[in-house]
Amino acid sequence: MSWWRTPASSTQVTHGGRLWLYVLAAIIMILLIIPTFLVIPMSFSDSQYLEFPPETWSLRWYNEYFGSRKWMRATVVSLKIATATMMVATILGTMAAYALFVSGHRLAKRIFMLLITPMIVPVILIAIGTFYAFGKFGLNNTLTGLVIAHTALATPLVMIVITAALRSYDLNQERVAVSLGATRIKAFFQITLPQIKFSVVTAALLSFLTSFDEVIVAIFVSGGSTATLTKHMFSALRDYIDPTIAAISTIMVLVSTVLLLLTQAIGKK
Amino acid sequence: MNESSIVDSALPISIRGLTKQYGQLYALDTVDLDIKSGEFLTLLGPSGSGKTTLLMAIAGFNRPDAGSIRFGDKEMILTPPHKREVGMVFQSYALFPHMSVAENIAYPLKLRRVNKSERRERVNKALDTVQLSGLGERHIDQLSGGQRQRVALARAFVFEPRILLMDEPLSALDKKLRERMQIELKDLHRQLGVTTVYVTHDQREALTMSDRIAVIDNGQLMQVDAPQVIYNQPSNAFVADFIGESTMIPLKRTGNELFVGDERVSSVPDTPAETDWSLVIRPERLMVEPGTADRDSTLFFNGTVKESVFQGETALLLVVLDDGTEVSVRSSTGTATPGITANPGSQVQLAIFRRDIIVVPTGNSQR
Ligand SMILES: Nc1ncnc2c1ncn2[C@@H]1O[C@H](COP(=O)(O)OP(=O)(O)OP(=O)(O)O)[C@@H](O)[C@H]1O
Ligand SMILES: [Mg+2]
Repeated sequence: MSWWRTPASSTQVTHGGRLWLYVLAAIIMILLIIPTFLVIPMSFSDSQYLEFPPETWSLRWYNEYFGSRKWMRATVVSLKIATATMMVATILGTMAAYALFVSGHRLAKRIFMLLITPMIVPVILIAIGTFYAFGKFGLNNTLTGLVIAHTALATPLVMIVITAALRSYDLNQERVAVSLGATRIKAFFQITLPQIKFSVVTAALLSFLTSFDEVIVAIFVSGGSTATLTKHMFSALRDYIDPTIAAISTIMVLVSTVLLLLTQAIGKK
Repeated sequence: MNESSIVDSALPISIRGLTKQYGQLYALDTVDLDIKSGEFLTLLGPSGSGKTTLLMAIAGFNRPDAGSIRFGDKEMILTPPHKREVGMVFQSYALFPHMSVAENIAYPLKLRRVNKSERRERVNKALDTVQLSGLGERHIDQLSGGQRQRVALARAFVFEPRILLMDEPLSALDKKLRERMQIELKDLHRQLGVTTVYVTHDQREALTMSDRIAVIDNGQLMQVDAPQVIYNQPSNAFVADFIGESTMIPLKRTGNELFVGDERVSSVPDTPAETDWSLVIRPERLMVEPGTADRDSTLFFNGTVKESVFQGETALLLVVLDDGTEVSVRSSTGTATPGITANPGSQVQLAIFRRDIIVVPTGNSQR
């Protein structure tokens, strides 16, 4: 009768036997989600300070955000950089992943490892290194510089996503297409790309978010009129605790969630 | 397009000194091969012998280190694969899953900017040819293995290539379907008349389908001949051993004569090289307890039965000859063959007609 005595499925242990797993999964989910769920109510507070739970409710901080030239300018900067990063990283990362996957060269694996090091090296090191390197080329505080730095961070993600997609793809299809008269470029765009497009979209989304969320490198190499939204948020937190960032965070969570749901919807088709 | 014009467009392939190295390994070692216009030639060899490498070199997907490949009188070695006008069928079929059956077959026509109405007509005709009429709108994942095979085939010949290449196209099918497809493929080849190079490591398939078989081992051609010749007159020990079942019995040389035990087998064949020789015995050529056969036309062996195995339509008898060699004898179970059910341990006499004797060089002169 008791629910925990029944098996989870006909070949499985009982729900009771799995209780530890359910509890563990619940704890992990709560830990992952709690920060987000704290921020959202905080953004609707009427207080001067970040407080939880809010005593009175208002849209004050949303008005503050949308009404502020400083915040709007930073948002536009972030959107520009994220869009440019998305395009450059997706194209470069897809090309690199494809080339390394197809070539079979004995150095291919090592080059792959080299290209994904930005994922392994602590971001703070990348930030410091980028800052000094950009100093030599006059790239600090420029949009171009930020796009370059963010592309370096986003490309590894693209490569991993695309390589995973290519692994489950039969490259002989491309060969067949070529034998039927297609150039290699045509074969790629007409045969391979349509079959990995969901991964390409996923990779594009990930690289957009990588740039849009990125703060550490931005703190080092952006400033003044090129300061990103995240950099402003960080400063706002450091100098005085400005509840506007709770409103911004909520908007960012919303946008990310919508984008993720969108790609999943595309993938299902 | 009528049939004779298709036949006319078939091309001979002429390969000279083709060499492809992977590190220290010679995947192809100075291969010379002439494939006649409209011929069905099969590349047959064990795994890793270089069959796919040779096929891919013909298709243009790998670049050989040395040698020449000509289609007709045109050198192709530097021509990129998309300009070679070669139809290909892969073992995995490599159908495009994001297109329907008809779109798959229409793809090469689209690339050639064939207009829509002609495209539809030719796709339908190709579907007819491979007996898939009416399935054009299907998706690839709604097809059975055999149907996929046919779509891949239709896609490969719909643009009327002058050469058709197939790499183990039937190996993913079960035995029954494979045997039916072998006959269909052969029929199709007769209809299209296109020069066909076919790769398999299934010798029965090769013997069934081919005009000629090229036996390949370690990147070298061992023999290129019609199936009957390959089977009945293998020119070396590798081919004799690889094709069909066989037992090799080393021969002793005395002067210009070759002997097994005290029996003279033949005189030494005329070859420039100094070599050892072996007798090749096919199990179905051996007779059990032949009675009073003629000594001049027949070679006799004595041995002890080791085992007798019933295998359905045939029975197999394993016999240890007096010199220790183990031979197998196969005979049809339909006709009553005396001795074929002999009990293990009993003595038997085996015989083979001298005209069925195959002598091949072995050992030192073999490259
Ligand atoms: N890209 C490559 N790099 C290194 N070695 C290779 C490569 N391709 C093939 N080889 C080697 O060349 C030899 C011939 O390979 P090939 O694929 O032509 O064999 P095959 O006769 O088609 O075998 P199978 O019947 O197993 O398909 C093999 O020893 C193989 O390991
Ligand atoms: Mg092969």
